[in-house]
Amino acid sequence: MSTTAPTSTDSFWHSEAAIARRKKRHGADRRLQIFGITAITIAIGLLGILIVSLVSTGYQAFVQTEIALPVNVSSEEVSRDDPSKGDYRDLIRQALHAEFPDVGDSEFRQLEQMLTRNAQFIVRDRVVSNPSLVGQTTTFHIPMADPIDQLNKGVISAETPEDRRRVSNVQVELFDQMEQRGLVSTPFNWGLFFNADSRFPELAGLAGAIVGSFYALLVCFLISFPVGIAAAVYLEEFAPKNRLTDIIEVNINNLAAVPSVVFGLLGLAVFLNFFGLPRSAPLVGGMVLSLMTLPTMIIVTRASLKAVPPSIREGALGMGASKHQVITQHVLPLALPGILTGTILGLAQALGETAPLLLIGMNAFITSPPGGIMEPATALPTQIFIWADSPERGFVARTSAAILVLLGFLITMNMIAIFLRSRLERRW
Amino acid sequence: MSAVAVAANDKAFETVRTPDPEPRPIKIKASDVSVFYGEKQALFDVSIDIPERAVTAFIGPSGCGKSTFLRCFNRMNDTIDICRVTGEMLVSDANIYDPRLDVVELRARVGMVFQKPNPFPKSIWDNIAYGPKIHGLAKTKAEFDVIVEESLQKAGLWNEVKDRLHEPGTGLSGGQQQRLCIARAVAVSPEVILMDEPCSALDPIATAKVEELIDELRENYTIVIVTHSMQQAARVSQRTAFFHLGILVEEGPTNVLFTSPKEKRTQDYITGRFG
Repeated sequence: MSTTAPTSTDSFWHSEAAIARRKKRHGADRRLQIFGITAITIAIGLLGILIVSLVSTGYQAFVQTEIALPVNVSSEEVSRDDPSKGDYRDLIRQALHAEFPDVGDSEFRQLEQMLTRNAQFIVRDRVVSNPSLVGQTTTFHIPMADPIDQLNKGVISAETPEDRRRVSNVQVELFDQMEQRGLVSTPFNWGLFFNADSRFPELAGLAGAIVGSFYALLVCFLISFPVGIAAAVYLEEFAPKNRLTDIIEVNINNLAAVPSVVFGLLGLAVFLNFFGLPRSAPLVGGMVLSLMTLPTMIIVTRASLKAVPPSIREGALGMGASKHQVITQHVLPLALPGILTGTILGLAQALGETAPLLLIGMNAFITSPPGGIMEPATALPTQIFIWADSPERGFVARTSAAILVLLGFLITMNMIAIFLRSRLERRW
Repeated sequence: MSAVAVAANDKAFETVRTPDPEPRPIKIKASDVSVFYGEKQALFDVSIDIPERAVTAFIGPSGCGKSTFLRCFNRMNDTIDICRVTGEMLVSDANIYDPRLDVVELRARVGMVFQKPNPFPKSIWDNIAYGPKIHGLAKTKAEFDVIVEESLQKAGLWNEVKDRLHEPGTGLSGGQQQRLCIARAVAVSPEVILMDEPCSALDPIATAKVEELIDELRENYTIVIVTHSMQQAARVSQRTAFFHLGILVEEGPTNVLFTSPKEKRTQDYITGRFG
């Protein structure tokens, strides 16, 4: 190499053109980075807007206005032997009269309407579960009707002219009175989780939907997990690579892209109309959801099986392990973390799925949690759908609260998946 | 393809054979073995006798078919869908391509050690006990313990790992992992051990240990080793076969092949003129 060569390359690298070129390249790097940061910011921002709007409308549903009302469960009205019979409505009236003796007959109806309409049943259920209350005066915490609840939460303002709000002036006055006497409280609304659906927002809860979703997911898991793994193992490990398996593979991928409402129609036509399974049942919901989860499961499982290094298979085969031994003793255990992660993500997807459940009637109005997979139920997303459709003011907050609960479940499931993946992941 | 056929007729593939000055009984006898990957022929009419209780080395440039040939001995090529093997291969006078032969049994008799150490992601104990377990060679824990210790002794690993038999095999160093794989192969008492470039992922010290081990194992096992290193072939093997472009060019006692090869291609390769 000649001695002039370095100087000539030096001048090449330090020429204006070269410096400009380098600048341009660094500029491109920076731009790419800025694009990425912008994209992430937009995504997080949108998510933030969603959460903030849900929380700001939904937080009110997490508390419920209640009145502490002493009720004398007189043994004249209610028999000790059969406390389920008795005029509880009258008991409540008597209690209200006793508590608010100044209220005249014409205004009494308005006072009565300040309590939830199911107040009598709430008292009855408490007495039935504890018959020793008969003959005593007990203070019951009774949810107040939705308009009063909204008044307490400030959604309905006393300032608004009477004819433009759902609370009468008499009721506003009575409410102020109750507050002054310390009868009103706004505790955490456990009913949101432990009550089933109701026509009255103050009583409506998610218990039926949570249990229904649980059963549906259970059925979905029991179907799609074994079937998905078996199908994936066969396709990945046994099936010959030919036109037929190519077609199967393409169609599994197609199936994953089919809109879920189509699976709902299929479920309606096949499971309900042909096999005559019960409408609105979590069993059918789970079966329909598993149709949707299955392709995802197969794809995820195949990817996990593929990710097991061939050296492990070779090692086992070289030891004289038969095919099923290689699969069950080596490949599947190593693929399991990936499979589990995929399963949880698939189930999370199924949990949020609404359209197919609407078609098989899981959006029915059902006032008790299902006792099994054959009983009518709703699911979380369909419950949101039902509430979003209801006109009462209280359901607005409850819809947002239900969405928050659903998101809570989804985030929990995804976090479990991430935790499992990082915990069980193996490196070779 | 037709050019191949013509060449075959011309006997261009006739292997140059040098007789063994100290003849040993034959363990594996391959006759006219050809291997095809789909349409492509990877190995052309290879015939070779592998002597018992000796180390036979396959050398040759990358892609010459030596690994492919090695994998015919325990039918590992079966796992490749498009792979097809023709010709005859006898291990202890039994045709291993007989459709009635159980490949599971064959692989217990013909063990294999791979290029990259591939212990199972289980404990050292489980790694060794795996083969005996699936082949039903032992029943009680005590019997397994004996096999595990013996195998690790034979692989010269016992002293290094005896206190951590229940730790994962993947936690060992590369050289130890490879000796663990050898111990795993030895655990089912195979007749033949195939080694596919067993030292190519190891450092020189680990390589020396494995080579030493191969030399010891020769007393009890027939060993066939594929290697890229001619020095390694010269050090560990008694016989060497040189492959080139899917053809077995020349084979004979290692010292003869390395000092006075009969074929020019062999000469060129071992003197480093190509490959």
